[in-house]
Amino acid sequence: MKIVIMGCGRVGANLAERLGAEGHDLTVIDTEASAFRRLPDGFAGRTVLGNAVHHETLREAGVEEADAFVAVTQGDNRNAMAAQVAMHLFGVQRVVARIYDPEREKIYRDLGLHTVSPTLILSERLHEAIVEP
Amino acid sequence: MYVIVVGGGKVGAQTARELVAAGHEVLVIERERAKVEALNEELGEIAVVGDGPEVRVQEEAGMNRADLVIAATGRDETNLAVCQVAQARFARQRVIARINNPKNAAIFRALGISLTVSATEAIMAHIEQELPSHPLIHLLQLRGGGFEIVEILIPEDATTVGRRIHSVELPPDALVPLVVRPDGTPVIPNGDSVLEAGSEILAVTRPEHETELRRALTGGA
Repeated sequence: MKIVIMGCGRVGANLAERLGAEGHDLTVIDTEASAFRRLPDGFAGRTVLGNAVHHETLREAGVEEADAFVAVTQGDNRNAMAAQVAMHLFGVQRVVARIYDPEREKIYRDLGLHTVSPTLILSERLHEAIVEP
Repeated sequence: MYVIVVGGGKVGAQTARELVAAGHEVLVIERERAKVEALNEELGEIAVVGDGPEVRVQEEAGMNRADLVIAATGRDETNLAVCQVAQARFARQRVIARINNPKNAAIFRALGISLTVSATEAIMAHIEQELPSHPLIHLLQLRGGGFEIVEILIPEDATTVGRRIHSVELPPDALVPLVVRPDGTPVIPNGDSVLEAGSEILAVTRPEHETELRRALTGGA
């Protein structure tokens, strides 16, 4: 699959490593060039420096031909907007956005976006770790 | 009216000032405490510290009784989130979004936020109006219905000069309600009205038929 990842933080870089190992065609976008240092040695994908909220950056990353788009920057609003642009304006089939705020995660999910809330997942895990034997 | 303004920067603050002066009830939601304090000092207790797209913040701001929400921050992604949360959680039909990058207007429209304001677009519209030879001037975008009102100048060399309006094939859904004749007289045309060089045609059209409409009325000149 051709996959575009927006945000090369710990999660973005780790996801790129996994998907790269599976042989997917990857492009990683970040606003900071230094973020790409998190990518594994010998990373075979492309990196694009820029803000993926801008259509030019998304085009440069090849979002028009992408099969999937993942938005994992630190900002919920940025992730939600870029993911909706990828879905509605560029017609990307699989679009996933990280949304920290559980309340907003539900809103975007109801609007048809595939969302993941690390806050909810972590809270569930911590809850399990505490109450389950 | 009760109006919630999100963003207390230059645009948000000035909007709040104007609304207060016009007698409206206003609440400004702003992230930076210093800006909130400055606004409260100037206008009375009208601003609160908070992150506009957060559901709890909107709830506490009384979003469910607001008549209008204006998302006026300097970030389009924040303004989009403010509008989407307000519409999803509080059934807010009336939202106005400030757009900082005109290219973002498309995603706002695609997501059902039809009322957007962009300073760049406003400036461009004025430039269009200041250029006398510009073939088509956007006058007004009609909210919701997908129509716009445009002005088309009939040039001297237009192949349609001298033809009657009924003989011109207009695009579907297009209408010519007003013609301003070269001497400045406005007339409500009928099918027999003749197209004159130098007259200005006011037309209602769907945006996608704009080019076709101009070609029909000017013969492509």
